[in-house]
Amino acid sequence: MYRYIVNRLLLVVPTLVGAAVLVFAMMRLIPGDICVVRLGSGGGTFDEAAVTACHIELGLNHPIWRQFFDFVWGFFHFDFGTSMWTGKPVSFEIMQRLPISLEIAILATVVALLLAVPLGTISALKQNSWIDLVVRTVAIAGIATPSFWLGILSILLVLNLSQAVFGSPWMPPITYVPIWQDPIRNLSMAFLPAVTVGYRYSAIVMRMTRSAMLEVLREDYIRTAWAKGLVHRIVINRHALKNALLPVVTLAGIEFAFLIGGLVVTEQVFNLNGIGRLFVQAVQNQDYTLTQALVMLAVAVFVLTNLVVDLAYAWLDPRIRFA
Amino acid sequence: MAATDTVLSPSAVELLQTRRSIGARILDFCRHQPLGAIGLAIVLVILFAGLSEQWIAPYSPTANDFAAMTQPPSWAHWLGTDEFGRDVLSRIIYGARTALIIGFSCAIVGGFAGLVLGVASAYFGGRIDLLIQRVLDVLMAFPLIIMALAVVSIFGTGVHNVIIAITIPLFPRCARVVRSSALAIREVPYVDAARACGFSHARIILRHMVPNVMAPFLILLTAFVGQAILAEAALSYLGLGVQEPVPAWGLMLQGGAEEYATTAPWIAVFPGLAIALTVFGFSIFGDALRDVLDPKMRNR
Amino acid sequence: MRLTAIMAALSILVAAAAAAPNEEAPKRGGILNYMIPADAPPSFDGHRESTYATVHSAAPFYSVLIRVNPEDPSNMSDLVCDLCTAMPAPTDGGKTWTFKIRPGVKFTDGSPLTAADVAASWNEIIFPPKGVLSPRESNYLMVDKVEAPDPSTVVFHLKFPTAAFLPAIADPFAWIYEKKILDKDPHWYEQNVMGSGPFKFAGYQAGQSIKGVRNPDYYDKGLPYLDGFTGIYAPKQAVQVDAIRADRAAIEFRGFPPAAHDQLVRELDGKITVQESIWNVASAVTPNHKKQPFDDARVRRALTLAIDRWGGAPGLSRIAIVKTVGGLVYPGSPLAATKPELEQIAGYWPDIEKSRAEARRLLKAAGAEGLSFELLNRNVDQPFKYVAIWLIDQWSKVGLHVTQRVLPTGPWFQALRSGNFDVALEAPGHGMVNPLLDVQKALPASVDAENYANYEDPPEVALYNKMLRETDFTKQRALMRQFEKHVLDTEAHEIWVLWWYRIVPYRSYVMGWKISPTHFINQDLSTIWLNK
Repeated sequence: MYRYIVNRLLLVVPTLVGAAVLVFAMMRLIPGDICVVRLGSGGGTFDEAAVTACHIELGLNHPIWRQFFDFVWGFFHFDFGTSMWTGKPVSFEIMQRLPISLEIAILATVVALLLAVPLGTISALKQNSWIDLVVRTVAIAGIATPSFWLGILSILLVLNLSQAVFGSPWMPPITYVPIWQDPIRNLSMAFLPAVTVGYRYSAIVMRMTRSAMLEVLREDYIRTAWAKGLVHRIVINRHALKNALLPVVTLAGIEFAFLIGGLVVTEQVFNLNGIGRLFVQAVQNQDYTLTQALVMLAVAVFVLTNLVVDLAYAWLDPRIRFA
Repeated sequence: MAATDTVLSPSAVELLQTRRSIGARILDFCRHQPLGAIGLAIVLVILFAGLSEQWIAPYSPTANDFAAMTQPPSWAHWLGTDEFGRDVLSRIIYGARTALIIGFSCAIVGGFAGLVLGVASAYFGGRIDLLIQRVLDVLMAFPLIIMALAVVSIFGTGVHNVIIAITIPLFPRCARVVRSSALAIREVPYVDAARACGFSHARIILRHMVPNVMAPFLILLTAFVGQAILAEAALSYLGLGVQEPVPAWGLMLQGGAEEYATTAPWIAVFPGLAIALTVFGFSIFGDALRDVLDPKMRNR
Repeated sequence: MRLTAIMAALSILVAAAAAAPNEEAPKRGGILNYMIPADAPPSFDGHRESTYATVHSAAPFYSVLIRVNPEDPSNMSDLVCDLCTAMPAPTDGGKTWTFKIRPGVKFTDGSPLTAADVAASWNEIIFPPKGVLSPRESNYLMVDKVEAPDPSTVVFHLKFPTAAFLPAIADPFAWIYEKKILDKDPHWYEQNVMGSGPFKFAGYQAGQSIKGVRNPDYYDKGLPYLDGFTGIYAPKQAVQVDAIRADRAAIEFRGFPPAAHDQLVRELDGKITVQESIWNVASAVTPNHKKQPFDDARVRRALTLAIDRWGGAPGLSRIAIVKTVGGLVYPGSPLAATKPELEQIAGYWPDIEKSRAEARRLLKAAGAEGLSFELLNRNVDQPFKYVAIWLIDQWSKVGLHVTQRVLPTGPWFQALRSGNFDVALEAPGHGMVNPLLDVQKALPASVDAENYANYEDPPEVALYNKMLRETDFTKQRALMRQFEKHVLDTEAHEIWVLWWYRIVPYRSYVMGWKISPTHFINQDLSTIWLNK
């Protein structure tokens, strides 16, 4: 067990270092001088002195190895430098936008699990019935449907429905209020994006729940439970579901780390000022301090979530625990 | 993961080896995999549209016609027109070509790169395997769309760059799956025997290992086509993918589709449907393919 | 002259429409929510930037020396004092302008605003220190020096007298900053806001919103009417329109195309007021003379001949914020070409088939038949994206294959400056209406740094200088025709596509705002009040 944990922890280091090298190298492959772009964004003219000052400000005058060292060192104490686009510290820009993204991610997870686990279970229990077919179709459709399209349609639907029902059109708020200040306003802003992101998420989890459940149902101990004449509900809840949930939770954990991908487009649709939209803006504005910080953040979240999931799995699964 | 012990199952071998006519086999496939058959049908329709767009599209996908702006679906324009008076159906048909070019290019390039890397990694093992696996770890830690956007920020937009941007995050995923299948094969006696006979690495890899990882590889390829189409749509929607006037589904959902969503919903509805249906088709076809080729994974 | 007459009539109409709702006595109080069609301003420093994103964000926090009369912003020649006490008459044969500064004006940090602050701000704009950007520096080439001999007097000494001076200093970006701060750090105003305007800065979140509250110490005691405002950033037009529809915001000041206007009016019948105006911005195409075959005037002429302006404008103007077919000069000006005059210029011929046949002939003669090239475009929906899609279709009709490279504002400017493009779509526009200076855009980069076509043309420059110094209007107008013909037709250095047209539909409870031919002026929000 300890060996496993140590091994697993050691695996994290080369991944993170490798990712840092890759991100750092990629951002330096961008053609053109970032300072020239930045100074030119106002449409005015500028001189060499301004470009040099900008290079110094961004640390571009240092040798590459020093820049890389600063980048990695900064990452350890959450100091990613200054955004080239806004001129504010990157950590400030990120912290400002983290709450809304995190909230949508958590809500989406709740939506996904609430939908996926019951539907996946029913689907497995009624394998090859029409219910199964419907659930499977809904699940595949969830994976196939672009979330931004769902977003566009849901805004349209809400606007038109509210106009038809209340006579005046309604849309979710477009400026963020923290949940402790105005929970209704906050939730009405986060709800639609959470559902559009959550649908795809739930589709993936639904498929996993179904297959995990099917596998468990074939295990000997479940057959024994059936044979003992235990009540249907008890077999399902106590024995089957409990064991089937392990891989489901694993997948849900990993997918949570991937939610940033879904947020990138969804926040664009709903004009939400979150991490995903910040990422798109950073890429568009060629703000590479911000881009590299955000990519690194996404990678770190993914790697660490995986680590936690693996360790939890090891702890929960006796086959690994005692290996 | 799940595919670790994928040696070709008897039924798959049977499917690949029996000398029944293709028609009979397809019929068999349809009977046992009704969803898969629907998927296959959708895939074929899209392929047909993408390959013969200049003959079947009723209008030019780019010609503006201000006399026919934002017209609802009618006999003249089956799916209506957009704000430039361009026929939505024609744009979807031409868009199928863009989607397929990107989908297949990414899947094939990414798939083969992954295949080579995965098989090589499994075959050589040891340090090479370890090194390749660590590199794959790094690459797979990037969410697909994040990696694609980062690549686009370097290379710029346009069809070719979008293909590069989507292929890079896809191939490590393929390499992983192929490697685990190939690992199982490596231990099979006949590979050892081939090695003992002194066959070259290339020959052993190509003749013995590659054919045996074909099943998971093909399944992955179909999944990749769908993923690439979705990723392309997202990039184009963000304005960082294919650019106007190239007809592309994700692009059709950007700008005008949103601006005219209330007054001309068909501009927003149909391209999205086209994406969803295509990816849906590839997904259920892929699922069915997996069930047939690899019954051990049937319930995954 | 007919077009000009129509335009003049139209602007009177606009003014009348705007004046009508303001009969009521203004009510005080309330918060105005409005949309800013951008992700965020590149910086808050008006002296440095030239985008509406900066003006629409920060103009309410600042005062200026003089400005277009906020009571009548459609008339751009009606200039009035903001920080000065009376519009001065020049002395010294038109070479010295002395402004008396309003007493008792305070910055929101409590310190008094004096002539020294005004002079320091203008010196930063006209004579930027090293490392400080000033994109409109060249507008002030007539200024010799700016001084503040005493705390209530600012004097501008000119090198030569010119009528272009006064409109130039009514520039809406020329905010008055505090000298103390500028001396310490000339870049301070890029990230910070502190002025003497009707509103006090109350918070900003990039990509989300900017907030202001009433400045209790504003020099005009009755103003502003609003308690505060929230400017909400949303680059997508769909979000802006939806927000007004659902009353999350009341107005977007830049303008919408007619299609969005129609939708709002239909769905919110009676709750929407509309103001319209011609606009001192045009969409224009710049061929890069350094890239073959655009070094060949025949190819450039073919590009303009292929465009059916008269036929396309009515349709395109339904979905994009462009409308008026015009030449180099702002269509509202008496210097602008009339329709018969325009029809003499390549690309404006009444018979499009003849025009396209000529384009094909020229392409063939130049060996550029079926040419493929890339159009550099900016990733702004209105009107860039729409105009580009239309242009590409127009060009396809003479056998040209055009693809697009779309870049965000910053990288787009960089590509223009570095000459890294074949043909670019631009939008020459100005904070003020000053046609004689505005047409500098069509002079080579050695004269006007904002021309990106990469050519030299001494006869063109000579012609311009002659026109600028001509005092007789009729002769000047005739020279302008020559200049226009040379730029747009003979050499086709630049290709003017269509002039923009501004339509602002907004919630009817917003009162006291008047439209103008540029979206840069009259944005301090002081006279706006809410009728609800």
